[in-house]
Amino acid sequence: MTIPRTLFDKIWESHIVRQQTAETPAVLYIDLHLIHEVTSPQAFTELRQRGLKVRRPDRTLATMDHSTPTTPRGPDGIIPVIDAQAVAQLGQLETNCADFGIPLFKLGSANQGIVHVIGPEQGLTQPGMTIVCGDSHTSTHGAFGALAFGIGTSEVAHVLATQCLIQNRPRTMEVRVDGRPGFGVTAKDIILAIIARYGVGAGTGHVFEYTGAAIRALSMEERMTICNMSIEGGARAGMIAPDDTTFQYIAGRPFAPQGAAWEAALAQWRSLPTDAGATYDRTITLDASQLTPMITYGTNPGMGMPIDGRIPLPEEMPDPSARQALDKALRYMDLRPGEPLLGHKIDVVFLGSCTNSRISDLRLAAGMLKGRRVAEGVRMLVVPGSQQVRQQAEAEGLHEVFRAAGAEWREAGCSACLGMNDDKVPAGKYAVSTSNRNFEGRQGPGARTFLASPVTAVAAAIEGAVADPRKYLRN
Amino acid sequence: MEKISSITGRFVVLPVQDIDTDQIIPARYLKVTDKSGLAEGLFFAWRFNADGSPKPDFVLNRPEAQGATILVAGRNFGCGSSREHAPWALQGYGFQAVISPYFADIFRNNALKNGLLPVQVDEETYEQLVSLFDEDPTTEVRIDLESQSVTLPDGRSARFPIDPFAKHCLLNGVDQMGFLLAEEPAIAAYEAGHAPRVVTTRS
Repeated sequence: MTIPRTLFDKIWESHIVRQQTAETPAVLYIDLHLIHEVTSPQAFTELRQRGLKVRRPDRTLATMDHSTPTTPRGPDGIIPVIDAQAVAQLGQLETNCADFGIPLFKLGSANQGIVHVIGPEQGLTQPGMTIVCGDSHTSTHGAFGALAFGIGTSEVAHVLATQCLIQNRPRTMEVRVDGRPGFGVTAKDIILAIIARYGVGAGTGHVFEYTGAAIRALSMEERMTICNMSIEGGARAGMIAPDDTTFQYIAGRPFAPQGAAWEAALAQWRSLPTDAGATYDRTITLDASQLTPMITYGTNPGMGMPIDGRIPLPEEMPDPSARQALDKALRYMDLRPGEPLLGHKIDVVFLGSCTNSRISDLRLAAGMLKGRRVAEGVRMLVVPGSQQVRQQAEAEGLHEVFRAAGAEWREAGCSACLGMNDDKVPAGKYAVSTSNRNFEGRQGPGARTFLASPVTAVAAAIEGAVADPRKYLRN
Repeated sequence: MEKISSITGRFVVLPVQDIDTDQIIPARYLKVTDKSGLAEGLFFAWRFNADGSPKPDFVLNRPEAQGATILVAGRNFGCGSSREHAPWALQGYGFQAVISPYFADIFRNNALKNGLLPVQVDEETYEQLVSLFDEDPTTEVRIDLESQSVTLPDGRSARFPIDPFAKHCLLNGVDQMGFLLAEEPAIAAYEAGHAPRVVTTRS
């Protein structure tokens, strides 16, 4: 009889090049290495200094997303990059990819986009793989039953040179979400609720596996939203066992296996889910039927609450350190304990990022915005996650809905998620964002961020204030 | 990489939990293609006003904090973005170690790869350091890597965990790339036995 294993165990064990010992970590083989302009330049420099080659350019793919502008193209079809540093960084990536033979999706080209949107979109992200990228939201790819996590630039160099990483085996944590989500509750609300309940450090040292009826019922794009924010719960990776939903999503994509290879892949993928009787190091649970739409009030993603809730009081915090954190956060946000957020004026709405910029997010938002207007004085940016998403949305006429409502329809990229390109929230202004981080200054120096789902973001755009999306949705 | 065996020095306390890497180094400083110039962006929004003048109340700007080589910070230090620019910025500023009740996984990895020592201590030791700094900001502590201990001036000592391989690398000034490169035969054997999952260069 074989020992029951988790999804994580199976992937980990099938990628061991050298077993972990008491003195040395495991050497883990990496199936796919995604790179972008921001966290790779110093890694290529290291390769050049040591006279090393990229071991597997054929298992590496580059895109441009972080420092790129999302301003609409000029008449010549070119997206203008003005920032001199961004120009240099993007040029460096192009040179590095050319010198080392790595395929690159250049800015504005047909397949360019946010690194965590394009992997799944191209069918490169598949069950059972190990996937890394110098970006913490690499956890997104775990939605397909892959082991995917963010790495630093030194590790980017390791993978470029050897296609391997030195890793200690992490612990596993089951995150079981049962029950049917309440009306107006999206995948974003589920993950915000998990982080609000268990905190931003809960997953440290662990890989999450999301299980339960509420997870199984989600579409692939919803599962990506959940796994994307695993890192906000402290876990480097979050995974969901592959099933028919997964296979249907992958089938027919450019890099998906075909013919006999597809059948062989399916057989292998079906063997991946956690065996009955396998154990996790820890299990945490959430009842989705008890949830309402969520919004954050503070300066980390764990500072979240139901949309119709009130900001916590200091005495409700578990310890003095958390009380200090609440106090610091509310001073930054210029909010007060015990206040509701409903009706709080906002200035910017950002619909985009690797969390919520896929076609289903845009369809949901456009469906709600159709025939309505973005409130006077509110700037709404709609930023598709990739050029493919942009083209699909335009084919469906969604861009016309956004424009007619007074929102800006932009080019693909990370945009206002992280304040390193031209898309920023001005100092002191409030934004409702579908992105993943509400840290101080994340969306620009002094910017104040409320994280929420696409429908909550649209409701806020319509009212010019934090609003409950349920009144705009049909039950 | 330089060898590290012990660090003795003054420390500065930033008693904030969940300090994310966006605070350590904001994204707009990430447009560099090397590792230079990052120290000026360290804790930028906490250190400087919008006009670029220093905020006198921020601990790193106080006269007594000058010359400190150890940063003591609240739990879950380095959470958020995977940017290795965070340890580069801390080192560029002059820090050699960070002490915290615990570290975010990616930050800890990144720090170890650069010889910035992440020292994980229990909450009690952390609180003692916070109090000591309040009482006398010139207090020195000693971090000894071989014995994995932090020693306070009154002789109190706390042990900290560290991955044995990272410890070996730090003590001997060995970088981890060399170890991986030496695994070439094992990597080649693995590749020979496993068909590629995807081929990105396939047109």
